[in-house]
Amino acid sequence: MSDLAEKVLRGEVLPTARLIRDLDDGIDGAISELKILYPHTGKAEIIGITGAPGAGKSTLVNRLIENFRSRGKKVGVIAVDPTSPFSGGAVLGDRIRMQNHFNDPGVFIRSVATRGHLGGLSSSAYEIIKVLDAFGSDVILVETVGVGQDEVEIAGAAHTTVVVLTPGMGDEIQNLKAGILEIADVLVVNKADREGAQVTVQGLRRLLEMGGFDRKGWKPPICLTVGTEGTGIADLVQAVDQHREFWNRQKAQPGFENKRREEDFLRILQGQAISKLIVNLRRSGSLDEIVSRLVRGESDPYSESEKVLKLGDYRPT
Amino acid sequence: MAERKIRILMAKPGLDGHDRGVKVVARALRDAGFEVIYTGLHQTPEMIANTAVQEGVDAVGLSVLSGAHNTLFPAVIEALRKKGANSVMVFGGGIIPEEDMVFLKDKGVKAVFTPGTSTEEIISFVRTSVKSIH
Ligand SMILES: Nc1nc2c(ncn2[C@@H]2O[C@H](COP(=O)(O)OP(=O)(O)OP(=O)(O)O)[C@@H](O)[C@H]2O)c(=O)[nH]1
Ligand SMILES: [Mg+2]
Repeated sequence: MSDLAEKVLRGEVLPTARLIRDLDDGIDGAISELKILYPHTGKAEIIGITGAPGAGKSTLVNRLIENFRSRGKKVGVIAVDPTSPFSGGAVLGDRIRMQNHFNDPGVFIRSVATRGHLGGLSSSAYEIIKVLDAFGSDVILVETVGVGQDEVEIAGAAHTTVVVLTPGMGDEIQNLKAGILEIADVLVVNKADREGAQVTVQGLRRLLEMGGFDRKGWKPPICLTVGTEGTGIADLVQAVDQHREFWNRQKAQPGFENKRREEDFLRILQGQAISKLIVNLRRSGSLDEIVSRLVRGESDPYSESEKVLKLGDYRPT
Repeated sequence: MAERKIRILMAKPGLDGHDRGVKVVARALRDAGFEVIYTGLHQTPEMIANTAVQEGVDAVGLSVLSGAHNTLFPAVIEALRKKGANSVMVFGGGIIPEEDMVFLKDKGVKAVFTPGTSTEEIISFVRTSVKSIH
């Protein structure tokens, strides 16, 4: 067995962090470690925390860490922040709210930048989840970037998706229908110390009653929290636990596991198609040849694309 | 094939409560295309080292304005070493007298910047010294 993968499985922090870095940077070879780790994944409970910028996601993650640690669970955290489209750089500040856990060996926190990936996660987040799973995390908390409506990728990566809202959203709630509300397994109205929390809860309740959120019988509970004070966290955890039980029952249904594996496989295939196929097309000079044919008007891009796929012209490295 | 992104932890160890400078540097590093992790005030060397390891950073930038740099900078380097993170480069900034610079560099601090250093200078230092690790 690979030295690195073995160290990850033993729960060694430094090699685990190194592998995560390699995956994030798309270094060749990191994927072969994942192949070894893959059979050891699937044990961790993955909880996504999403919601508007500043809603209190990191503050709640901090409280959730606290709660899971008090129950003796090993916790992994992936905190995603946006990459600046102008510089390609990022300031990753979610950790600031999780300071109490920096010296706890049962907590591993990793900040990642989106690096141009849309959807609320980084493209490496899925792989980092697998690494932290193999590393021995019982729970993995994934904080997405502060999102609007379309960044709903987390729902496909997590067992339970928690959507964090704040009071005073008034009419905005009506607009939540699309996108983010559909992925909510648990709804949180955080900053419940502020005025209007009850109004927001009522608005949400009405919205849910209108239906259209068919969840195979799951009705997303609404939790009121004050992240800064830790109020309502026990309720939130209970709601998450209940959803996990619901999920486990779903898992037993025929086709459920197939669907999940298919999604995971297709995502990986897509990623590799881009990174491998295109890179190799470039490297082998085929891309130049195709472009020349297009410039000379000898061919059209649709035929060329089909030809590449038919020939499987990607000479895997 | 892929080019590594430079990752830097900017940290404020010790008790002083001034984070203006470190935030300015953090933003400048971001604008230079680096990923910067910022963890706020009052970090212990142990917290800084744990964060540096988990975050897989190339370098740690320390800002100390309290005058305690001679104890705090080496303490961070020692904490990193204990965790096996020897390859993480450490640089620092603050109001640091000339005579302390030699001591700090001797302790393994790669560069020391004093107030008034341009962010361009810090960026170019980080870029060159990290490129040599990658
Ligand atoms: N009044 C009040 N403030 C809160 C509460 N929870 C969080 N905050 C504050 O809201 C601000 C944002 O909190 P974060 O936890 O950083 O929010 P976030 O959603 O992680 O923000 P991004 O990651 O930047 O999108 C901070 O100043 C928190 O102290 C709460 O329950 N009540
Ligand atoms: Mg946050």
